[in-house]
Order: sequence, then C-alpha cells, then structure tokens
Amino acid sequence: MTTNYIGQPISRVDGRAKVTGQAKYAGEYNVPNLAYGVVVSSAIAKGRIAEIDASAALGLKGVLQVFTHKNAPPTAKSDQSYWDEVAVPGSPFRPFKDDKLLFSGQPIALVVAESFELARYAASLVQVEYEPEAHATDLNQQRDKAYKPKPREGVAPPPPPRGNPDKAFANSAVQIDAEYSVPAEHHNPMEPFATTVIWEADGRLTVYDKTQGTPNSHQYVCNVFGLSPDDVHLLSPYVGGGFGSGLRPKYQLFLAVMAARGLKRSVRVTLTRQQMFTIGHRPRTLQRVALGAAKDGKLEALIHEALAETSQFEEYSEPVVQWSGELYKCENVKLDHALANLDINTPVDMRAPGATWGLYALESAMDELAYKLNMDPLELRLKNYAEKDFSNNKPFSSKELKECFRQGAERFGWSKRTPEPRSMRDGGKLVGWGLATGIWETTQLPAGAKAVLTAEGKLTVGSATADIGTGTYTIMTQIAAESLGLPIEDVTFTLGDSTLPRAPVEGGSFTAASVGSAVKQVCDKIREKLVTVAKAMPKSPLANAKSEEIAFADGRMMLTSGPSRYVSIKEVMRHGGLSSIAETADSTPDFEKQSKYSIHPHSAIFAEVKVDEDLGTIDVLRVVSAIAGGRILNPKTARSQIMGGIVWGIGMALEEESVIDQKFGRFMNHNLAEYHVPVNADVQNIDVIFVEEHDSIVNPLGIKGLGEIGIVGTGAAIGNAIFHATGVRVRDLPITLDKVFAGAAAARPVKLAPAA
Amino acid sequence: MNNFSYTRATDITSAVNEASREATAKFIAGGTNLIDLMKENVARPTRLIDINRVPLNRIEETKDGGLRLGALVTNADTAYNDQVEKRYPLLSRAILSGASAQLRNMATDGGNLLQRTRCYYFYDVATPCNKREPGTGCSAIEGFNRMHAVLGTSDQCIAVHPSDMCVALAALEAVVRVTGKNGDRAIPFSDFHRLPGDTPQIDTNLEADEIITSIDLPPKGFADHHAYLKVRDRHSYAFALVSVAAALEMDGNKIKGTRLALGGVAHKPWRSKEAEELLNGKAANSDNFQAVAETVMHGAKGFGHNTFKIDLAKRAIVRALKHAAQMEAPR
Amino acid sequence: MAAGAIMRVEQNTQANTQTVSLPSSTKITLTINGVRRELQVEPWTTLLDLLRLNLDLTGTKKGCDHGQCGACTVLVDGKRINSCMTLAIMKDGSEVMTIEGLAQNGALHPLQQAFIEHDAFQCGYCTPGQICSAIGLMREGHATTADEIRESMSGNICRCGAYPNILAAIQQAMAHRRNVDRVAGERSVNPIANERSVNP
Repeated sequence: MTTNYIGQPISRVDGRAKVTGQAKYAGEYNVPNLAYGVVVSSAIAKGRIAEIDASAALGLKGVLQVFTHKNAPPTAKSDQSYWDEVAVPGSPFRPFKDDKLLFSGQPIALVVAESFELARYAASLVQVEYEPEAHATDLNQQRDKAYKPKPREGVAPPPPPRGNPDKAFANSAVQIDAEYSVPAEHHNPMEPFATTVIWEADGRLTVYDKTQGTPNSHQYVCNVFGLSPDDVHLLSPYVGGGFGSGLRPKYQLFLAVMAARGLKRSVRVTLTRQQMFTIGHRPRTLQRVALGAAKDGKLEALIHEALAETSQFEEYSEPVVQWSGELYKCENVKLDHALANLDINTPVDMRAPGATWGLYALESAMDELAYKLNMDPLELRLKNYAEKDFSNNKPFSSKELKECFRQGAERFGWSKRTPEPRSMRDGGKLVGWGLATGIWETTQLPAGAKAVLTAEGKLTVGSATADIGTGTYTIMTQIAAESLGLPIEDVTFTLGDSTLPRAPVEGGSFTAASVGSAVKQVCDKIREKLVTVAKAMPKSPLANAKSEEIAFADGRMMLTSGPSRYVSIKEVMRHGGLSSIAETADSTPDFEKQSKYSIHPHSAIFAEVKVDEDLGTIDVLRVVSAIAGGRILNPKTARSQIMGGIVWGIGMALEEESVIDQKFGRFMNHNLAEYHVPVNADVQNIDVIFVEEHDSIVNPLGIKGLGEIGIVGTGAAIGNAIFHATGVRVRDLPITLDKVFAGAAAARPVKLAPAA
Repeated sequence: MNNFSYTRATDITSAVNEASREATAKFIAGGTNLIDLMKENVARPTRLIDINRVPLNRIEETKDGGLRLGALVTNADTAYNDQVEKRYPLLSRAILSGASAQLRNMATDGGNLLQRTRCYYFYDVATPCNKREPGTGCSAIEGFNRMHAVLGTSDQCIAVHPSDMCVALAALEAVVRVTGKNGDRAIPFSDFHRLPGDTPQIDTNLEADEIITSIDLPPKGFADHHAYLKVRDRHSYAFALVSVAAALEMDGNKIKGTRLALGGVAHKPWRSKEAEELLNGKAANSDNFQAVAETVMHGAKGFGHNTFKIDLAKRAIVRALKHAAQMEAPR
Repeated sequence: MAAGAIMRVEQNTQANTQTVSLPSSTKITLTINGVRRELQVEPWTTLLDLLRLNLDLTGTKKGCDHGQCGACTVLVDGKRINSCMTLAIMKDGSEVMTIEGLAQNGALHPLQQAFIEHDAFQCGYCTPGQICSAIGLMREGHATTADEIRESMSGNICRCGAYPNILAAIQQAMAHRRNVDRVAGERSVNPIANERSVNP
C-alpha cells in the first residue's frame, strides 16, 4: 500500500524550506520597530562588579537603554521560579541578579539600541571596573575537594558495588588500571542562541526562542516574569542545531524578555560565537578504569570512577560510569561518580551526556586488556557479553548487539586484521583497525498531541516538541500518514509552539518514542471516530467488522481481509456531516511493563585510520557503525543521525577541546577557527548498518531513539585504531598529532610484523 | 565595531594622500582580517580607505623575466593563474592550503602580507597583550600557547605570523613594492616582516602612509623541485602548526641551491641561510636533510604547549625536502 | 589576582565621542537576485547584516560573523564569498546572489533538489551557505574528485555532520550539469546559454 510510510526513506518534509532559505530561525523575525540587544560579558571569572559606567553608550543617539544588575526590572525572587524542566540541583544562574561574578563571560550588561550595529558599538563603550577574587578553574587541582553529587532527576546515581571488586581486581591474573582524561567541549550548533520578543499591541508577548523545548522556555518566562501562560506565546519552529545546548533556557531569553518588558517594545538578542562559549559545556572529566580478568579473558573485576567539574552554584552530574555495569557480565563491579566545584558556568548535557565520556574510557580500557591478554578485542567482548543487565538483574527488552558485532565485522572485514600493533601499512603510513561498543538508554516520557482531520481529508497533527535537525517533522508526518492511510502530502505536522499539547524537551533520544506514541494515539482516536461513522453508512462494507479488522490506506478504509471493498475517508466525512474531526491525546508510557526490563540501544563501531607517524597526522578512512536501535522509522534520516554522531566521534577523538587559561579562568579558543570541529575534508567513508531489532516492550512502535547512540563508543574505536596503527595509547583527548608522533618515537621498539 | 568614515580611492596617489592625512585611517581591500579585528574591537580605525578600485589587480611579467602580482589580485586568482601554476607551483600550493575557497576569493595578495597574528590573547580584549596594548604584558608566554612561536621570540611577544602564502614568498625571495608620501621602495621579502623584539605592536616595516603596489617574483620559480608541507590540527580550514616551503635546484642527485622557509614557528616566515648553505653541493639524502633541520631549529625555545613544534618542525623540514627532491611523492 | 584590587578592563578605549550622532549613510546600488536595488547603507554595515536585517533576506545565515564557518556564503559577481567579512558599501555596483535567488519560478535548482534527495542537511542552518558555496565550486571548475570537493567545501562547517551526504549531493548535481551540458552541446554550440540555463 502506498501510504505505508513507516520504515520508508522519505525525504525530509521540511527540506524545501531549508534548501530555499525560507525556514526562519529564532533570530530572523524582522518585525517593525524592533530593537536590538547586545550582551556585554564579564572579563573575569570571579569577584564582583565594582562599577559599570554606561554613560558613553547612553550618550549615543539611538541607544535606548543599558540594563545591568543595578537597573534590571525586578523578576521572581525564589530559585524555584528559575528551575526549568531539566534543571539540576542547586541555584540556577540568574542574569543581572547582583554584582557577583560566577564565571568568565557571564552577562553583565545588555545594551539595547535602534540598530544592531549601534548596539554593538555602544556595548564596546561600556566601561567596567572589577573587584577580582582568586578563582579555581582547574579540575585537576580540585581532586581532593571531590564530593558525591545530589541525585539529579532522570539520572540514576551509580548503583552500589556488587561482589568484592577491589579484592577481585587484586587477585586477577591480568590487570589494566589506567586514567583517562577528557576535556571540556562546547556544543557549537551552527545557529547562535537568539530570542526575538515581539511586543504585541495588548502587551502580550510573542517569543521566538532557540530552544529544544518550547514548553520549557514558555514556563520559564512565565515563572520568572510572573506572567500568565496566556500572556506569552513561545515559538521555535526551526532550530539550527542543539545537541543539548538548548535543553535549558539560555540567558538571551531572559535578557530579551526583560528588555522588551522594560522598554515596552520588540527586542531581539542574539549571542555572538564567542558568547556561545559562555552558556555551558560538556564537563572536563577524569576517569579511572581498572579491569581484572582471568587468562581466558573472563572479566573478574570492573572498577570505573569519574570526577567531573561543575559550577559553584549547581551540581550538574551525568551518567558516566553506569554503562560499565550494564554492558558486561562481571560479578565484581564498583562504579563511582564525583564532582568538584569550579568557577565556571554549569555544564550542560551534550550529545549522549556521560556515555560519550564513560564509553570512551571503558572501551579504551577493554582494548588495552585485549592486548594484554593477547586476545582479539572482538572476542574479548563476546566472551563477556551480558545476556541480562547484571547491574539490576533485569532482562534486556531486546539486545541485538551480537548481531551488530557480526554484521559490522563482516562489512568491515575485521577478520583480515593482523593483531599486532604497527603490523598494517599502506605506502609509508601505518594503518590501524579498532573497534568499540556503544550503549545508550531508551526512555519514553509522557507527551501530548492533537490532530484535526478535515472533510477534504487533510490532516494536521501537532505537539510542542522540537526538530533540532533530528527529523521530527518528517517521522511524525510518516506516523500520522500511515496511521490514517493518508497520502503524505495531505498531512502536516506542527511543532515548536507553546500552545500545542505539551511534549518533553527534545533530548535523550526520547522524542521519537514519546511524541511518536502520542501521534499514533491521537490518530487512533480519529480512526475510531471514522470507523463508527463508516460502519453506520448504508451498505457499508465495514458494517460488521471489528475495529482491528479495518485497515486504513490510500485515503480509504477497508477490510484487512478484502481490501477490494472500501469506503474513502472523504465519503465517510461527508456521510457523517463532519466538517472536521479534532482529537487530543496524552500518551503515557507503560511504566509498569517497562520497569521489568533494561532497555537500551547498542552499537558496534569499527574504525580504520591511517597515521603518518613522523608527523602524527591521522586520517580516519572508514567508520562502520552497526546499530541495534529498535524499529527504524525512516532509514534516510536515521542514517543521517548516526552519521552525525560518528562525525562528532571523529571530532571528539581528534580535535575538540575547549582550553581554559587558568590564570584568567577563561576559555581562550572561543571561536570556530581555534575550537576545531570536523570539516568536510576530515570525513571520508561512513557506513551505517541498522541491525533488525524487534522490541515490543519499549513502546508500541518499537522505537529506541537514535540521536545519541551514534557518538557513543566512536571516539574509543578511533583511539583503539590509532593504537593498533602506531602502538601509541593516548589517554587524554583529543588525540592531537603532537601526542601521536611523540609517542610513536617511543613506541617503535614494539614487535614489528612484515609490512602488509 | 567602532563607527568610522569611509572613503573610496580610485588611484594610488589619492589613496596615499588620504592615509597620510589621518594617522588612524586604514586601507581596506579584501577585508577578511581587518573586519574580523574590528568586530572584536582589536582594530579601531577612524577611517577606512577602500582601495579595491585602485588598478592593482593584474598579474604581469616583469622586465627581468619574473612575475608581478598586483597587490589587489585575490589569493584565488593568484593560485589559479596559469603562469603562477606553471612557474611558481610552490606559491599556488601554499595559497591553496590556507583559509577557505570563500576567503581566498576575497583576500588580496597585499592584504595577505599584512594579516595579523591569530594569538588568542591578541584577539580577546579581556586579556593583556603587548601587541594590542603595548606595555600590558604577554599572556601567551605563561598561558595557552599551542599555536605560538618557538623561534625569534622576545619576552614581549611570542605570536606567529599566520600566512601560508608568505612562507612561499619568503622561499621564492619575492620583492615587495610599496609607494608612499616619500616615493617608491622595493623591500626584500625577508625585510618586510619584523620580529617582535620590544615593539611587538609593529608587524612590518611598511610605513603608515605606504601602500603595497605589487609583489614581484624573481625569475627563478623552482618549478621542478619544490614542496609546501602544512601540518595542522585538522585536514583543512586551520592555521598551520608548522609549515615548510622547500625549493631546490638539483643537478642529478646533487643539490645546487636551497630555499627553505617555515611558517607557524615565528613572528615572520622563518629563513636560515646558514642551514640552506649546508646543502650546497651535497647529495639529497635523509642525513643531510636532518642536518639542515637541526641547524634551522638550533636555538628554538618552546613555551610548554608549543614545545612539540621544535621536533615537529624538524620532521616537517626533512619531509618537505624529500618531497622537493622527489625522494618520495607528496601525500 | 590579588583580592580587593580593582581591575579595569576597557573594551574600547578609543570611543569617538565626537561622533555621537550617526553619520549620514551612503547610497549604493546592488543587484540582488536579479533585482537592482538602491540602498542607503552605513559604512559599518556588512553585506550579511544588510541582507538579513535591512532586506529580510534571512536565508543567508550568521554562524560566527568572523569568516570561520561559511554559513554566510553568497555569490558576489559570480564568486562565493563570506558576506560577514564584507562591508556592503564595498560592493557598490555588484551583483549578489543569495539562496533566495536560486529556485526559478518555484522550480528548485538541481543542487537544491540533490540536497533534499541525499539528506545533505539536518538542522538546515548551514545549508544555504553550503549550497551557495557548492554553486561557486561548480562554477570555478577546479574541484572534480571526491577529495577535491571535500577540500573545496571545507570552508562550510556542518555541525550536524552531513558531510558525506553533502558530497553526494554535489556529485549528483555535477553529473546532472554534465548531462545538461552534453545535451545542450548537441543542440547548440553556445556555452554561455548553457551556463545561464543551469546556473541562475
């Protein structure tokens, strides 16, 4: 049937808008009488503002106001008012609260003017006197101040130890005990954060905000500014990338709303690229992984400890070590996650938060263990394959990881690998093959959707979710079209609007499952209405059919047993005298059913690198990633999601690092020339395999979510390939060329096999 | 960005006159570096003199058989010019390894010589920098200095010149022709850029009212034996950690003449005549090239994050010389 | 830093306090997407800000405002450039083509079509710049192999990581263009007409 869209490689429904420049992002609504706000950022990390002199700025004709902590209009007093849907324990950052400086780059003034250029110029004239205090921004120096964080909602703390890990490790025949260091990273979506606040004639606000959740930003604005939900309409139809950076409201939202209310006119605030380095980041994290194994490779002890940075005002924690207890069969496991407070902004979830770091360390350590055991790294993983989740003794709802290994290895040609480091060559360069495993979590959250079917057979479905490039518009359109058997051109999905039924922020790979279930449910309600009407039609072919015996396809309703007899949906609408059918639905996960299982997508990643050992330069020639991610709604957009994750894995492995100058407590490479993300020339062959995986537990659609599994493990696979190529084990990311060539010089004595 | 006045010059004389009237005026051509710096409040000219319509946009032969690159020819037009590709392929390679296609379409040859350092501290007005604000101190020396210089540094400044093109021009011994209130001058390339010394705020020996009119390439282009090797943190669109322009004159396996210039290691493209002369009359082999590398980097000093550049530069020199001598194919 | 000390960080010590009112703007002429426009611009307005703020042509994106991402790529007099690093006033008299000028009478350019087919974008924010850059690349004619195209497109960052699909889309558009050229070449010997028919 032509309206079976689920599982089809449908091109993005928002594609035309994006390739023609018609898709409008938050900072692109040019309304009459718009004023422009430019943020002045703190030059120091800690202390107080002694004086701000804005007189030169205010002296310019066309400058409307310079807002600072001294003249900011009052907003809510209690911390609770600033807690957003994904806030972490602590006291959220409140712009312009007082004269205290909590991190370098903190917003300290907002200059609002008639034009963008004037505001920018005036902002440069604001003179600030600081009273600095000594700051601490080096995680390494705060090791002795580590503490166990308060639990964060939605992030389970590491489970208590099982067995006797320290003793088992001490008694193991083969041991690996290594520390891995990973740097701070910034999301750097291509679109800078921006908010356009439109001051409506009646004083209500229409707000276009770059966010991964319009309900979250909407609620924040209402709470902070004491507005009723009807006073604020918050929209975010297109988001130029998020990767987690837009989960929590960003300070430009606060500033733009504050200024619009203060000036009673429309205001836009857009951050500069430099300011994109002041809004939170993936935290620098130090990890210890100790693995003890028997000589046959059986894991006897697994210890994984992490220390991560957070701010002085919030305890941001992410699931770094949990995965180690779930991925392998091991009786003696100890997992620990600690924080240290620094004078930095609070870290923010960034693509596969926690798992990206944790699996890098775990899967690098597993590779080290494989060499020590003289065992194939793939064989080691199969040897310790967990058929159930040993961390909570639950069965997996589904786990096709073995099939990922099999299909990935076959596609990659893993069997042709020679085991010794430095044993494979191409011309004068060393070649290395490495692998790693990935794991993420599948979550389904409550979500709402509404739908309207018109007499003409046009369907509009909406939910206040987001499409940050993930393909939400497209897959929801597919689900809705297939559910009601309508041509996809007749279906419109709307999102990013606070007036639509509530949906969670788009993150955690849970949108497809959560919102998809709501869309399915609301369409099913329309189905039921149509069935009732259709059965009552004279000579209805469906008269005696049960609901489940009726199929919807090609704009028609028919018996599944005899599709040649049908009624068209338009006929049904006409017969029922219906100008439209409108429904809403709230989908709630079957928590009871799900709680009996451990639910995860998995992956096996294989990477090939070519290394110039003299210069240390690395080419990632191929990455094959085999994904067990449940049902694939759209192989085209799904592949893109995984490919994007792999490109992130390349960046993480080789390039990305936000460097703090400890003297200034400030990220210094705060631009896209010096914070390196992969460019086109860095990326060669990427091969994505979706392994068939059926899961009736996760949700009725069998979806596991794909936004994050693509990056998890990829960095380790590349690092492991570099070791195989060179014999150099770099345990601090990124693996830049200086670490490789210096290591290669030292590593040369390793046994050399004849050149391949 | 400050407010400024804008003047459009259509000939050299009026451009120079405009500049000499206002000490804080600046010429603008491609704009790829100046506008960048103005947006960061690092450059704050009171007037921009747009010289894009001044007729300096041709590439033509010089009387001595060399090639004259008009100061306003774009980097892209230079790199893809038939004569440059054929006679000075080293220059083409160097240009094409820098920036992006878009920037090369905008940036001019004269402007390329005048681009300023990419030092993080120079660019960030929240931090002290002797180059930006003389006397405030150098933040890089004890700070984050991965990109910084290991040769020719001073206790005032360890910035590097970011250009790729200039590294090739140094090796080719180009001549920079300039004109100003006091008439025309021809500046040998090695004298054009300065070391930081006690005046790191001054990058070049160009006077404030002087304008570059052309860059003249001598007849010798080293088309047969040359290499440009750029080592950087990603495969494209990144500044050099170390780059090497190598050019050889060969007689069989014997070397008759050597030109070697380094980028990414100093405040200016780095030449070592002493090292180059080592190869005269010698065979092209790894040992001889290694000796050159050691001599070039003799006295180099690292500052922590950038110390690896000393070793890397040696490796890159050997590799580039091997490529130039065609001992191995460039990869 | 010593506690209690006062530190003054002056972002801009050279405020032109004499220019407290805006100097008068200048009239320039630009032909944008085939339409000639007379515009009043201030000298410090970049071509990018002119397009986005003054002319509501928001298809051209601001990703970094410093020539480091390529999102602002447009074609000026047929060449791809970063509009963020260009003052509008400097381009007086030029022809500018933005993403909004690519589709003709509602029909997508083959490159736009190829971007959709190959899913060569996700969030879409870098996409107009990628497409304009690829148009420039095809006109330049220097890049033909996969590696050359990757290198030549490296001035356009895609944080979503769609690079392999961007490459595939460009290769498809190049193949399409070769076909069009071949067919047109059989019919006509006027290469300029072909150029126009393919590249608006």
